[in-house]
Amino acid sequence: MSSVSATPARTGVWVGIGAISMSFAAYTSALVVRAGDSPDWTHVQLPWIVYANTLTLVASSITFEIGRRRLSGPYESRASGVSYLNLTLALGLVFLFGQVLAWRTLAAQGLFLATNPNSSFFYVLTAVHALHLLGGLAAIGYVVHRARLAAFPSPGPVSTGAVGAVALYWHFMDILWLYLLVVLTIWL
Amino acid sequence: MTTIPHTTQTDPAVHHHAPPDSFIRKYVFSLDHKVIGKQYLGLALVAVFTGMVLSWYMRFHLGFPDAKAPGLGLITPEQYLQLMTMHGTIMVFFVLTTAPFAGFGNYVLPIQVGAEDMAFPRFNMMSFWVTFVAFAILMASFFAPEGPALSGWTAYAPLSAVGKDAGPGQGLGQTLWAFSILFFCIGQLLGSLNFIATTLDLRTKGMSLARLPYCTWSWFITSVIGLVAFSVLMPACVLLILDRVAGTSFFIPAGLVVSDRLQNHAGGSPLLWQHLFWFFGHPEVYIAILPGFGIISTILPVFARKPLLGPKVFLVCLIAIAFLSYTVWGHHMFLSGMSPTSATLFSVPTLIITIPAAIITLLWIGTVYGARLRFTTACLFCLGFISVFVTGGLSGFFLAQPSIDTYLHATYFVVGHFHFVMGVAAMFGIFAGTYYWFPKMFGRMMDERLGKVHFILTLVGVYATFMPMHYLGLAGNIRRYSSFPADYMSGDLPVHRWITIAALFTGAVQLIFLVNLIRSRFAGEPAPANPWEATSLEWSTTSPPPFDNFGGHHLVVAHGPNEIGVAGPDGKDYIMQAE
Repeated sequence: MSSVSATPARTGVWVGIGAISMSFAAYTSALVVRAGDSPDWTHVQLPWIVYANTLTLVASSITFEIGRRRLSGPYESRASGVSYLNLTLALGLVFLFGQVLAWRTLAAQGLFLATNPNSSFFYVLTAVHALHLLGGLAAIGYVVHRARLAAFPSPGPVSTGAVGAVALYWHFMDILWLYLLVVLTIWL
Repeated sequence: MTTIPHTTQTDPAVHHHAPPDSFIRKYVFSLDHKVIGKQYLGLALVAVFTGMVLSWYMRFHLGFPDAKAPGLGLITPEQYLQLMTMHGTIMVFFVLTTAPFAGFGNYVLPIQVGAEDMAFPRFNMMSFWVTFVAFAILMASFFAPEGPALSGWTAYAPLSAVGKDAGPGQGLGQTLWAFSILFFCIGQLLGSLNFIATTLDLRTKGMSLARLPYCTWSWFITSVIGLVAFSVLMPACVLLILDRVAGTSFFIPAGLVVSDRLQNHAGGSPLLWQHLFWFFGHPEVYIAILPGFGIISTILPVFARKPLLGPKVFLVCLIAIAFLSYTVWGHHMFLSGMSPTSATLFSVPTLIITIPAAIITLLWIGTVYGARLRFTTACLFCLGFISVFVTGGLSGFFLAQPSIDTYLHATYFVVGHFHFVMGVAAMFGIFAGTYYWFPKMFGRMMDERLGKVHFILTLVGVYATFMPMHYLGLAGNIRRYSSFPADYMSGDLPVHRWITIAALFTGAVQLIFLVNLIRSRFAGEPAPANPWEATSLEWSTTSPPPFDNFGGHHLVVAHGPNEIGVAGPDGKDYIMQAE
């Protein structure tokens, strides 16, 4: 093996981050062009729940980070590391549930996917982000499973590389959401 | 505090998966990059013959507008556009992208870097099967009630977005088209991810980036281009699908009346589709051609028995092309109402990008200059590649200038240009790669005599087909029309007839290639490990390579790929990368 230090999993996540960033750059430019190009651009009030969701997602990044550190720490701390990853998983699901509530709030106001360009972009951007987040949740489920196998009962080595790669992806999902929130707040 | 040993360093010596024993796991849902590479090439072979038959129907109608085509009867203008759309889509996506990039890249790249497989074999398998599903969806659109889409491979909105009012095939056919391309994007993104991670992380000991063979470099750079390009086409497809099935208005303007019906949309921007599409579409040209650049730069020195001239310059040019490929998309839109200032801004980088491409061509000519060439079929196709690429590239100079493009854009001049520079050149790269790596892939040599006949007739055929199109274009012959029976262009009919006959001839010649492929696969001469006296790692293993590529050996690379025409061991004129 050459002197490359990054593992393929980590490289893969970085490459994935590049691709997803490019994808959202394309959505954003479509939004900017669509907003500037036409007279039917209106105003959509973001439901308050998206801000609560934001806090949930930020919290999930923090719990992931604590869990990751505990997993690579001494043997005694690993059990709590697994618990923190489980908590991250739960917070991720709460975020998704919150996003569904946000969609229902808009729908209750009569704002559907095709109602106006603003609502179209809200649904598309949040749904595409949620899809990517689902991938992240599956990956967390996988590393929790792996960490549990490695942490109990033997004090054998824990594969922290996969956890690190998934953490990178999860933090990126967090940052991507913050970016989307800014875009949606400014343009909608 | 105890330190926990990390087990995350993937040891390339450890194969990610055991050799499969069931037929399904071995040949269908295989994780082996070599099988996946062959699957991609097989898919491309089916696609290329499908696309070619469609082009025959188009050419038949253009040459003989009053005659009934076998199986279709008298071709209607709508049918002609459907043939054109499917021909372009199949050829660009499922042939020019899958064969040189996904096909050969999958098979050769991991071996050339000294790895036992791709970094993510499961993603790799998914990449192929998602692409297969994309192709199946596209083929299914032939059986849609009113046939496949007719909006061209570029699927310009609002024609592609408004649904069945826009014509036959614009209902279900166009929706299937959009889903097919969406799936295709996912497949290629998974592939690019693998190519990049494998090249960066799974190189064997001593295989520094500087020692990577040139085709691996080109596949790597193509992956980076593809990653960005398909990441943009995918959202475009999502928005197009939503416009079609969910009633949104991303691309459909207000007040649009199609087939006497007011479309229930408002405020969308058709130009937005063009920008998103061509931001992908122009780099796509390089996704099709850069693997060819790498293949030629790898093969030509082997048969010239000389090192590639200026390998570092070659790499710098490849990287320059990759960057510049994202600055030129607007030259496809000169006629879209673009301001002259914007047109100039897109025209200048379009002219600049010809510089690295021209330098690479000169490097090839310099490599061949003074060499005692071994005229194998693979070598001939490399020389043919240079010829058709230069021919196609030269007409690009004219089209890069907005004032000239205004006249030529909608004519056969453009058809001639892109078929030479992107279609035929990439095909010649694919042929060169096939004749070169077939012995490695199947352990048998291809028939060189048949190969040479195939090359000469194909070269004559493609020039006879596409060269006259430039004259048609200069004469003002408009493209995309199904026939020119009784207007000012009817005088061009004899030229169209000539092109039709040449196209049918060129297509028929490809049967020689098909026969050669099948016959050599089963009855070719057994291939030695290194029949061409080449240097890269795939020639250090058996033909075909074992499941783990190197039979449990871990190669240590001590040389670059360019040690040809030097005093090597045992009186040879080359030094293998791993002796």
